[in-house]
Amino acid sequence: MRVIKSLKLAIVAIAGICITLSASAQDNTLLGAGGTFVYPLFSKIFSEYGKTHNVKVNYQSIGSGGGILQLTNKTVDFGESDAPLNPEQTAKLGVPVLHIPVAAGAVVITYNIPGVTASLNLTGKDLADIYLGKITKWNSAEIKATNKNVNLPDMPIVVVHRSDGSGTTFIFTDYLTKVNEEWAKKVGKAGAVNWPAGLGGKGNEGVAGLVKQTPGAIGYNELAYAIQNKMTYAAIQNKSGKFIAATLASTTLASNVELPADGKVSLTNTDNPKGYPISSFTWGLLYKEQNYGGRSAARAKHALDLLWYVVHDGQKFSAPLNYAPLSKSALKVAEKILKSATFGGKPILK
Amino acid sequence: MKNKRLDLSYSQMKWETIFKRILVIMSVVLLVIVIGILITLIMESMPSIKSLGIEYLWGKVWDPVNNVYGAYPFLMGTLLTSFTALIISIPFSYAISIYLGEYNTTGWLSNLLKNTIELIAAVPSIIYGFWGLFVLVPIVRTIESKIGVAPYGVGIFASSLVLAVMIIPYAASMGTSLIRMVPSPLKEGAYALGATRFEVIRSVILPFTRSGLFAGILLSLGRALGETMAVTLLIGNTSAIAHTIKDAFFGPGNTMASVIANEFTEADHTVYLSALIELGLVLFFVTVIINLIGKRIISKYTNK
Repeated sequence: MRVIKSLKLAIVAIAGICITLSASAQDNTLLGAGGTFVYPLFSKIFSEYGKTHNVKVNYQSIGSGGGILQLTNKTVDFGESDAPLNPEQTAKLGVPVLHIPVAAGAVVITYNIPGVTASLNLTGKDLADIYLGKITKWNSAEIKATNKNVNLPDMPIVVVHRSDGSGTTFIFTDYLTKVNEEWAKKVGKAGAVNWPAGLGGKGNEGVAGLVKQTPGAIGYNELAYAIQNKMTYAAIQNKSGKFIAATLASTTLASNVELPADGKVSLTNTDNPKGYPISSFTWGLLYKEQNYGGRSAARAKHALDLLWYVVHDGQKFSAPLNYAPLSKSALKVAEKILKSATFGGKPILK
Repeated sequence: MKNKRLDLSYSQMKWETIFKRILVIMSVVLLVIVIGILITLIMESMPSIKSLGIEYLWGKVWDPVNNVYGAYPFLMGTLLTSFTALIISIPFSYAISIYLGEYNTTGWLSNLLKNTIELIAAVPSIIYGFWGLFVLVPIVRTIESKIGVAPYGVGIFASSLVLAVMIIPYAASMGTSLIRMVPSPLKEGAYALGATRFEVIRSVILPFTRSGLFAGILLSLGRALGETMAVTLLIGNTSAIAHTIKDAFFGPGNTMASVIANEFTEADHTVYLSALIELGLVLFFVTVIINLIGKRIISKYTNK
């Protein structure tokens, strides 16, 4: 009998905690969900923001797809995605959603060729041909043509790609689609594609692990991950014909071009002659009309203020965490987009 | 006058009913959960079933860009890794069961072995995954380059090896307990007739525990079919289908569980998401079918 009584007590206690918890989810606790790529940056920015403003942010890094789903279900205040919404997602949302560039990232090409320590030069077309399984040897004529000073061995290329769906893969395949017609026709761009060749590694660490171990391997990783793990990576030829090494600066430069007003732009194969060609924005997502599902005006204001902080003061935390800060033109577009958000038809930020 | 004994027995009676009810509720809850999972899987797979039909099962292309999905490479990968792992693990789990159940039932060595084996089951699968990736895969790569297959290291073979280690404890600890429970009069009778120890094991202990040992193996197989994390790290994750037997065995592949784990978070359109859930449904049925076959075999060999 005592057991049952204590069980009852426990249930009452748990129920009580639940009620108090849900009651404390007030207007100064914002909820966000989205990509994992931006998570370290967001944690830093949000914790700094919490110190000066009375707002707590709970950001769940469940993946871009999950973030968009949560936004569609209106369970979060803002979403986050490494790729702009696709037509099906846009249709499901039904109402306009703002894409605010919050940071830029790059994808670098890493490799493991025994005896080669120099940084390779690769063109986008050759890179796509390697991933199509058409260039299969490191000493093939195409790779030699751009690396005349490097003694490339007669070794088969082992292609390594991400096995999990990811924004990194989206940026990489988006680039290959732009620079190689056969890739565009056969494979296309997405967070996960039907890879014509190679091995899949799970996550950045899976790809990096396979590349490090397998002689002759080539793989792709986030720039931040490659910097933190001191990996060597190739310089990639951009649209202007220059071979550009990926750095935070060259990634920021890639986005310093004329941007469309909605911010939904693919930066890969950038027009900027100094820009690194495999780079992309990552976007914060917000409903344009913030008066939905019984939200208060205060809550909407908090969400907008937060993102305003992210694109302004928040940017100073980017470089130390190996994210590329927003370029001048990106910041201008982001400001304009944030100012277009409304509550009941009236602009929220002035 | 008040009869205290009567009061007491009334509360005892009440507790009897409550206790029985708790038992029933606990069991029914599990049943409801399983049926609930099945219903959810079926409902959520509807968009994919409608747009792809039954061809989904033997389709060989998995292309999220063009919305074409086929489960065949992953179905094969799951069955191949699980059964290879099972075949590798059986000699080990039988040997361990017999040694700990019959030869060395007490003492520090026996306890140490038993605890170590149970510890194998407690190690998180991500640890096995990375251990496999950084320790086992280079060894497999050396073997592969010696026997003349593409030396990827990762692939069906590497994941089967790690899976085998992971599933040994399930069959082994069940087998050990069962062999220890063989009634001693049976064994003593056999010894009295002049049987050697090996003969006792072969003709008394193994036939007596046959169905139980098989059930342990079935448990291992169930674990192998559903294992996700370790396999994902080691299998190479490619949906291309191998053309030779050597390639199918040593080359990279993919399993249903790892595809779900890999692609679920970023599945960005309805049919894609639904195709992944349908993969879960197929895995559900594969597990059910294998278990049913196993139960048939057990009941056939149970000596009654």
